[in-house]
Amino acid sequence: MLILECPYCGVKAEETELAPGGEAHLKRFGPGSPDEDFEAYMFARKNPKGVHFERWRHAYGCGKWFLAARCTATLEVFGTYPAQTTEPPADIVAKIMAKRPDWKGYK
Amino acid sequence: MKRYSVFAIAREALRYHQGWEKAWASPAPKSSYDVVIVGAGGHGLATAYYLGKNFGITNVAIIEKGWLGGGNTGRNTTIIRSNYLQDPSAAIYEKARSLYEDLSQDLNYNVMFSPRGLLMLAQTHHEVRGYLRTVHANNLQGVTTEWIGPEKVKELVPIMNIDGPRYPVLGALYQARGGTARHDAVAWGYARACSAMGMDIIQQCEVTGVRSANGVVTGVDTTKGYIGTKKLGIVVAGHSGQVADMAGFRLPVESLALQALVSEPIKPCMDVVVMANTVHGYMSQSDKGEMVIGGGTDGFNNFTQRGSFQHIEETLRALIETFPMISRLKMLRQWGGIVDMTGDRSPIISKTPLGNCFINCGWGTGGFKAIPGSGWAMAELVAKGEPGPLAEEFNMYRFREGRFIDESVAAGVAH
Repeated sequence: MLILECPYCGVKAEETELAPGGEAHLKRFGPGSPDEDFEAYMFARKNPKGVHFERWRHAYGCGKWFLAARCTATLEVFGTYPAQTTEPPADIVAKIMAKRPDWKGYK
Repeated sequence: MKRYSVFAIAREALRYHQGWEKAWASPAPKSSYDVVIVGAGGHGLATAYYLGKNFGITNVAIIEKGWLGGGNTGRNTTIIRSNYLQDPSAAIYEKARSLYEDLSQDLNYNVMFSPRGLLMLAQTHHEVRGYLRTVHANNLQGVTTEWIGPEKVKELVPIMNIDGPRYPVLGALYQARGGTARHDAVAWGYARACSAMGMDIIQQCEVTGVRSANGVVTGVDTTKGYIGTKKLGIVVAGHSGQVADMAGFRLPVESLALQALVSEPIKPCMDVVVMANTVHGYMSQSDKGEMVIGGGTDGFNNFTQRGSFQHIEETLRALIETFPMISRLKMLRQWGGIVDMTGDRSPIISKTPLGNCFINCGWGTGGFKAIPGSGWAMAELVAKGEPGPLAEEFNMYRFREGRFIDESVAAGVAH
């Protein structure tokens, strides 16, 4: 069972307490954007087999959105961090690098 | 290929069954082929079969990283139906369902297609309206479905509790020619027929790279060496994004775990397939007597072929309310498969940025029922280089152009 620590309230929440919200750090495009950008924002996903950054909501807890770094191939959790970030924080990236030396990086 | 028949059984009975030959050959890969299909699941094998049957292309290799039919073809709940709302979906799923009708004769292999009828329960007034709309759409599409009331539902499925306190059964969308088939036999039957046409089925052979030059694919690197090809068909489910990535393009798919489970075998008690989309569970009884149960996908990206326990609990909770008698059944086996979901929950059968590379993926939670139709349409795309009428709406560029085939709303979540 997936357990993520909510970075706001510090609760180690298990899956039934959480709501998944898809890939994190998407670049948003609005009306007037070219079709390619809009398609990329709406539908193109990295869907990696390995390190993945995602949005989660502590739905049956504090109710806040947060982000998590997780491995989709092993279900290992690298860490969670607040949603007010535009890319993964350095300490999470360092943690992933230590465990996955062949990881190609966030971009 | 020696044909299977009642005479073959009689002949073999008289000689201690020594004369049965292997259903398909397992050759080493040749250096190049006219067509290489990545993925020997139902869809890949069906594509190869119809390439041979409809277009006479038999210099084909079907390569598979695991074993034949060991992915989602061997992991689904074997439901076959075509009661979709949107025209392109109804067309391809109905093509598949109609091909299933005589697939056993066509392949000379018993796929145990059982058109036992299929019910989609309406348990809210919203669902009643939705299914009535689908019935009307189906009648216009030439797909035979009907709306039936709760009494008729009870008559068809006596073990169902139609007046539960929370979600009483208000009626159902009934497709009398829907049903089930033996999932492994579909893969095996196609494999045997492909092998008989001289195609090479290469198992335990994982694609590790796709080589291309000047915008066309020249071959694939595999764990059994390089294989050259004039055309490449990628017919992969959960890992479609990974193979597309090797070929240098990105797909609008996400991979999720979908689980299913079976109970201990019991005496025959339900001879139709029942889907309940509001409470989210579906159930049928296999010929062995097991209750075959499926539910919804987990919510997060996952490649591990194992899902979350609470989803099984959710599914069973819903089904126990609908079928109180199953509450004391022991569940024997549970498993997961990785499904690739698109944004509109409809599949992709498409040309790609590479001129001679074609892709068939994104069947999400409902690929098994589509196998013959999908293979039929994909074979046409690979052979001609252009999609036929069945496939053209399913191209992957629809997401850019906003021409969705929106079944995520139309069909509920369950496929």
